[in-house]
Amino acid sequence: MKAWDAIVIGGGHNGLVNACYLQRAGLDVLVVEKNGWVGGAATSREVTPGFVYSNCSYVCSLFRPEIMRDLELPRFGLQVISYEGGAVFTRDGDYLANYRDHDAHRREFARFSRRDAEAYDRYARDVTRQCRFIQPLLMRTAPDPTSFKPRDLGELLYLGKKFAGLSAEEMALTLRFWTMSISDFLDEYFETDVIKANFALSGIIGTALGPMSPGTAYVLLHHYMGEVDGSVGAWGYARGGMGAVTKALAASFKASGGTIRTGAEVDHVLVSRGKARGVVLAGGEEVYGKLVVSNADVKRTFLKLVGERELPDIFLRRVKNFKIRGSSGKVNIALDSLPEFPALPKDSPVYRGDMHFTDSMERMERAYDDWKAGRWSADPFLDMVIPTTLDPTMAPPGKHFMSCFVQYAPPKVNGRDWTDADRDGFAESVIAQIAEYSPGFRDRIVHMEVRTPREIEAEVGLTEGNIFQGELTFDQLLFNRPVPGYAQYRSPVGGLYMCGSSTHPGGGVMGAPGRNAAAEILRDLAKSTSHMSPAHDVI
Amino acid sequence: MAQATRKKSVAKTADAAVSARIAAQSHFRTLRLGTPFQPRLDALAKTQDWYNWAGYHAPHSLWDEELEYFAIRSQAALFDISPMTKYRIEGPDAEAFLDRVTLRDVTKLRPGRVHYTAWCDDEGFVLDDGTLFRLSPTRFRLCSQERHLPWLLDSAIGFDVIVEEETEAVAGLALQGPTSFAVLRDAGFAGVEKLRVFDLAYFPHDDTSVTISRTGFTGDLGYELFVPADRALSLWDRLMAAGELRGIRAIGYTALNRARLEAGLIVANADFTTAEHAIRADRLRRPDEIGLGFMIDPRKAHFNGRRAILEARAKRRLRHVLVGLEIEGNIPAEHAIVYHRKHQEVGLVSAAMWSPMAKRNIAIASLARPYGDTVVEDLWVEIYAMRELQYQKLMKRATVVARPFIKLDRRTATPPADF
Repeated sequence: MKAWDAIVIGGGHNGLVNACYLQRAGLDVLVVEKNGWVGGAATSREVTPGFVYSNCSYVCSLFRPEIMRDLELPRFGLQVISYEGGAVFTRDGDYLANYRDHDAHRREFARFSRRDAEAYDRYARDVTRQCRFIQPLLMRTAPDPTSFKPRDLGELLYLGKKFAGLSAEEMALTLRFWTMSISDFLDEYFETDVIKANFALSGIIGTALGPMSPGTAYVLLHHYMGEVDGSVGAWGYARGGMGAVTKALAASFKASGGTIRTGAEVDHVLVSRGKARGVVLAGGEEVYGKLVVSNADVKRTFLKLVGERELPDIFLRRVKNFKIRGSSGKVNIALDSLPEFPALPKDSPVYRGDMHFTDSMERMERAYDDWKAGRWSADPFLDMVIPTTLDPTMAPPGKHFMSCFVQYAPPKVNGRDWTDADRDGFAESVIAQIAEYSPGFRDRIVHMEVRTPREIEAEVGLTEGNIFQGELTFDQLLFNRPVPGYAQYRSPVGGLYMCGSSTHPGGGVMGAPGRNAAAEILRDLAKSTSHMSPAHDVI
Repeated sequence: MAQATRKKSVAKTADAAVSARIAAQSHFRTLRLGTPFQPRLDALAKTQDWYNWAGYHAPHSLWDEELEYFAIRSQAALFDISPMTKYRIEGPDAEAFLDRVTLRDVTKLRPGRVHYTAWCDDEGFVLDDGTLFRLSPTRFRLCSQERHLPWLLDSAIGFDVIVEEETEAVAGLALQGPTSFAVLRDAGFAGVEKLRVFDLAYFPHDDTSVTISRTGFTGDLGYELFVPADRALSLWDRLMAAGELRGIRAIGYTALNRARLEAGLIVANADFTTAEHAIRADRLRRPDEIGLGFMIDPRKAHFNGRRAILEARAKRRLRHVLVGLEIEGNIPAEHAIVYHRKHQEVGLVSAAMWSPMAKRNIAIASLARPYGDTVVEDLWVEIYAMRELQYQKLMKRATVVARPFIKLDRRTATPPADF
């Protein structure tokens, strides 16, 4: 019976990145994916005729350019287009826009506060400094601080040196950044509520925390450290939707000789004598592999796919306690024409950017209050984009795809499972909010795909629908991600590795966990990693 | 009842504020603003060579950058400085406030005088340099390259002072060159001959008044004029008409930049990186590291950065020095690396040119101490001169020299000469 060199469970972007690097190192790799398509949470699917949705993830910035280059993704169709800015609509009939042009950005802020307009440079400088500190860590395996192996000591020293290289002021800022709430952090720079709300949204996206919860400042940083072709902090659309990322990865993988089996759900990992030997599919079929890599989150991997008796107690308890809380949902909408927002001039570039309606910190925090009470937010926070304003491939000419990321949506409603009626109520809260700013919006809707944490978990397999495969709080970062002692992509089961966003450096369509895991696997196999580019210099 | 009325009027004010804010939305259609002088500049812009100066489109040149330079040195050159950031600082505590914010002793700055100054953050790193105009005992204008409203407002806590940005409301012109005085006199600004260097005074113009100071950025005889934006064009026309027989010409930044280098003056974010824009911590500079140490008055009470600046001096923690260089030959050493003994890298040239007035190859450079400070011998610059797609690499000797590179008697003579 054939034994693959490696079996990757799950065809999400990290699973595919991992598989690509292993295959290119000469391994014979199989990717098993439960859905009839690959992509995980980075998919583009035509759910209704003529319209392609970015079903889950919808914008791109974090995906590492080194990986795009190594795996030749442009050759396989990946193109990322920067978008133009965005806006927060205000309840007084105005909006606050973000423009790419530095001076336009300042003049826009000055409409609300001349002081805050001129405070932006200092804010941008401080955030950029912190991003530059973290960026080089993304493509490195986090050191194990309890280990005395030369490599771990070396990596710890690297971290220490980087930290010591900061000025006293920066060090203080770094520690504050990693622990503060985004609300407190923004108070240090700005005084206008809508301007703070405009920045705070990056601190809560994907997180079961409110803007006033400690730890959200780091989440903002996590959203800022990406780039589009060297333009740091920029976000863009993948042409053809976010599925273009995983389609290109799958094509690259196949071109290098890899095998993908879709519609192949893994029931459990075959373990004998403490070592992974392969996987058993839902139908009972056994597929053998010399090693197994799980793209699933750490809870799904160790609480569902591996028997509890195979795992050490403390590890198990920590996996159970790993915070991976559902906090968001998604509403994808097909529109028969471009919606109008009377507050927004018709020629505004904001139509081609991200739009929001939460214009105060309090509204944002109140939306979170509903989550704590086990309800979806009555007045939700939306991150809304219309990719078809820049990408002609996703809808027929003149028609549009609108993506609404919605927060907050609890994993359970009042302690019970989501029902279809709940889902419809959740969707209505979103549509009602948009319609308030865009008269006639409902009449433009051709089709909707509504996804609560229930749908996201069922389809993508993300526990509770958490988009990051685990909260990005400081206690779950670096050598503590996912659990102390297992931050280097290995697990207590021999030959079983993790490569999903539950591992360092965390979530977002970044690809770094998949790549870093491949580097560790190849190290264990004593194989060359010369086909893996090191992280680009941050100079 | 009274309460209800008041509530209503508050709501009305709020509505008015919102409508004003909404009315200002359309700025996104014009990324580069014209200055109040734009119609006149447009009419003269033969080269159409514009650059972005703080969100305004400003001319690099208007007709010929070399000849524009000679207009400064031989006749009178008119340069639009409206995009410069301007703050109005007014109130009973304005003097005390500015004394706390800026490096120099503001109590010594008399009404009707201007001084060149700089200001720092709490770590003593330079935020910017600029000119401070004392318009009256209680009113000042601070002009700078970058924007500093949060700093100014934060520093104003506890002072009875109003800080207001007035960049758009006030138009500015620099009139520089040997005939600049004659132009002003012929334009009818009676009494302008009394202005000594760094004096300012008000003169009537078009039902309002223009502030004229004997200041500038060229090291030459020259003046700067500030006027409400809606009187900008009539001021321009008045100067141009009066200057016709005195060779007045409008110029762009390239020419001015040459003149300022000859005068040995530095430009923020060209010769040093301002603290609020320095991403890399080692790019920050204390005043002593960019040649502004002369501004510091240790006898002054607390001012922003005081402790850090004095501590760095006392503990000899100054790591850089900004110097003037004279370089052999005539090839400009723009952005050349500076070496000690031809091999050890010790600094970088930030501005360089062949000086027509000094007939020397001059430069401003930042060096790592002790080079440029106590070690000034055996310095070299490596010039990569691109000539027809090939670098001609030259290693040229550099000598540390005092700035300014040129000293013109006409700059300071009072009353000024006719030309």
